Amino acid sequence: MDLVTVWFVLVAVLWTGYFVLEGFDFGVGALLPLLARDEAERRQVLATIGPVWDGNEVWLITAVGAMFAAFPGWYSGLLSAWYLPLLAVLAALIVRGVGLEWRGKVGSARERALCDAGIVAGSALPAALWGAVFGGMLGGTALAAVVGGAFSLTLAALHGAAFVAVKTAGPVRLRARRLALRVAAAALPAALAALPAIPAAREAGPLPHVAAGAATAALAAAVALVWRRREGAAFAATAAAIACTAAALFGVLWRAPLPGLTVAEAASGPYTLTVLTWIAAVALPFVLAYQGWTYWVFRARLTRAAVAPQEERPATRRGAAGRTS
Amino acid sequence: MDALDLARWQFGVTTVYHFLFVPLTIGLGTFVAVLQTAWHRTGREHYLTLTRFFGRLFLINFAMGVVTGIVQEFQFGMNWSEYSRFVGDVFGAPLAMEALLAFFLESTFLGLWIFGWNRLPRRVHLATIWAAVIGSNLSAYFILAANAWMKHPVGYEVVDGRARMTDIWAVLTNSTALAQVPHVIAASFAVAGGFVLAVCGYRILRERRIAGIEAGMWRSAMRGALAMTAIAGVVVAASGDASARLMYEQQPAKLAAAEGLRHDRAAAPFSIVPGVEVPGLLSVLAAHDADATVQGIEDVQRRYEQRFGPGDYTPNLPLVYWSFRVMIGFGLATTGLALLGLWLTRARRIRGPGGAARRTARPVPAWFARLCLLALPLPTAASIAGWLLAEMGRQPWTVMGELLTAASVSPGVTLTEVAVSLTVFTLLYGALAVAEGVLLARHVKAGPAPEPAPPREDAPEPAAPGRPALLMY
Repeated sequence: MDLVTVWFVLVAVLWTGYFVLEGFDFGVGALLPLLARDEAERRQVLATIGPVWDGNEVWLITAVGAMFAAFPGWYSGLLSAWYLPLLAVLAALIVRGVGLEWRGKVGSARERALCDAGIVAGSALPAALWGAVFGGMLGGTALAAVVGGAFSLTLAALHGAAFVAVKTAGPVRLRARRLALRVAAAALPAALAALPAIPAAREAGPLPHVAAGAATAALAAAVALVWRRREGAAFAATAAAIACTAAALFGVLWRAPLPGLTVAEAASGPYTLTVLTWIAAVALPFVLAYQGWTYWVFRARLTRAAVAPQEERPATRRGAAGRTS
Repeated sequence: MDALDLARWQFGVTTVYHFLFVPLTIGLGTFVAVLQTAWHRTGREHYLTLTRFFGRLFLINFAMGVVTGIVQEFQFGMNWSEYSRFVGDVFGAPLAMEALLAFFLESTFLGLWIFGWNRLPRRVHLATIWAAVIGSNLSAYFILAANAWMKHPVGYEVVDGRARMTDIWAVLTNSTALAQVPHVIAASFAVAGGFVLAVCGYRILRERRIAGIEAGMWRSAMRGALAMTAIAGVVVAASGDASARLMYEQQPAKLAAAEGLRHDRAAAPFSIVPGVEVPGLLSVLAAHDADATVQGIEDVQRRYEQRFGPGDYTPNLPLVYWSFRVMIGFGLATTGLALLGLWLTRARRIRGPGGAARRTARPVPAWFARLCLLALPLPTAASIAGWLLAEMGRQPWTVMGELLTAASVSPGVTLTEVAVSLTVFTLLYGALAVAEGVLLARHVKAGPAPEPAPPREDAPEPAAPGRPALLMY
């Protein structure tokens, strides 16, 4: 496999990681008002993504940075062609990020409600827009963009509801399951409209067909698993559905990532690709290890009580660290 | 007014705005890590109180740095697609490295720090804030290496109208980067030190007014910030000197514009303000030689026309000239203030009740606490002026000698699109700046959260409105 292929696959993997990881925190953010009934529950729901959402977003920064370095033609063509939708994505990510970080530091319930509105809108909008951008790119019509957006929004919502069901205990957990089933009623038809359109968009060999079929199957399995209260397996299935969708998408883009532009034309020189390969080979295992460790540290199911305000100090205290001031 | 003008305005607005938050992320993050280390080593409770207090201010600011940074990465492709196509092979590599090696580290470990207080062992928890701080500083290095390449491109060749990297090591050890990295990082520490000084000065004045005396921890935090700002000031000056000499060799137009020097001149004088000059000083600064010839802007223009063809190669002279003066003047004032403060609060010997001598810092005079409020705007203005000098002085080039700004803009993007984008960012950023300012001011005014008395009662809502005790959401 030559380096251009390696980097196309790596860019696809980075985007896939972004969609799978930020997919659930978009879903959690978008469903916040439906998942939580009061402030303690809102804190409980947001604490499931609190330690990880910013790290998840770096997958986007890395995917775009890798495109810039490895495929400058693709990066510059894509971003300048999809100008206004991407502007909306950026504005939404800004509002969402400050909403998440500030909601615990503002003064009143009204200000907190404003932060929450930013979290909900800032999560739902990019979740829909990414599907709309890629759907519009492949289909070339407004309808394709709408179908793509409906699919990515409902898939992220389902993924997020499954995540909350895995990560919480008590009433929120039960509510997340019911919500996942209601979302599935919209996600399944959207998937049946959007997924077959991906391999049909361009002549691209068997891979996109297989991946789109696998995505449909994974989604159906996810709904069945939610129904049977197999929460962990259901979350794995929604993750697989997103990953297979991304595989189908990049499989179609492989011949021509942009109209009239081949991957080889878009790529950087062999020297740059070699340098990037070494850096990725060294850095990515560490990134996966410490991000995986984060999920391990915060693996416990969250209850209402666990997220109540408390004094912040590390778990184990050394000796007699008394109050001296 | 065309798309190019608006795209330049947008880049200026969003980048300057982004850089209001970045220095605090770098410097204040390190300050918080040092405070937590002090608590870890001494067990003294006031260090923990300070860690949580400044940690909260740090996080309010950090959010803004992150979200405005994403805009930067997208903006190159959206508004400057011709630039991105030309430089991606070289410029993209440090950007990808920044994301892979620095941003993942910073964001992942900061998440662990915020939410790991009651979960991680004490040592491990301390390590998480240091990992995040290393990530922030590392990201500064990579992005500055990319930025330095625009001013002094190295390690590349142009093939088929695109720059191709030939030597990553040359890009990462670019002389311009090696001077710029310590300059910008030290300036960030000065900005953060100034921020802490202003906060401490305000708390001292306020607590004296209310309680008659301030908590001792503000003096200790102030001493730390004074030392940080003073050391940073010295590093800024030394690396600035190195940058000036590189500018003399690599960017003669910028140096000439910064000095308002019209014609080539041996033993060039340094202009303090128009009309006030120090003979020979510019030649000394630029070349460490009082007789060296410094190029003047009109002669540079003539030489560039011969080399690159007809065109206007002169940067915006008044802007570059005054940016240079604001940077140096405000930067020196900040350093002077820090040195003055260190002297005023120097240790003295006091005889305790048992007759034993102990050393303690002198009290902070009220007038100096008031003066410290200036330590917030002074280094921030100096840092922004430094960027205006660096980037406006590079014009009309995006890549010095290789690519003009006018040839860098996205050809397919319309005036309307850029206008919408500029409007959205300006309005959004303006509203968020007000919100961030109010939020920071409120937390500073409220002071550290009261120590919850054990056994604590778990209330579903924060104890008192306006002062939630949490770093979490």
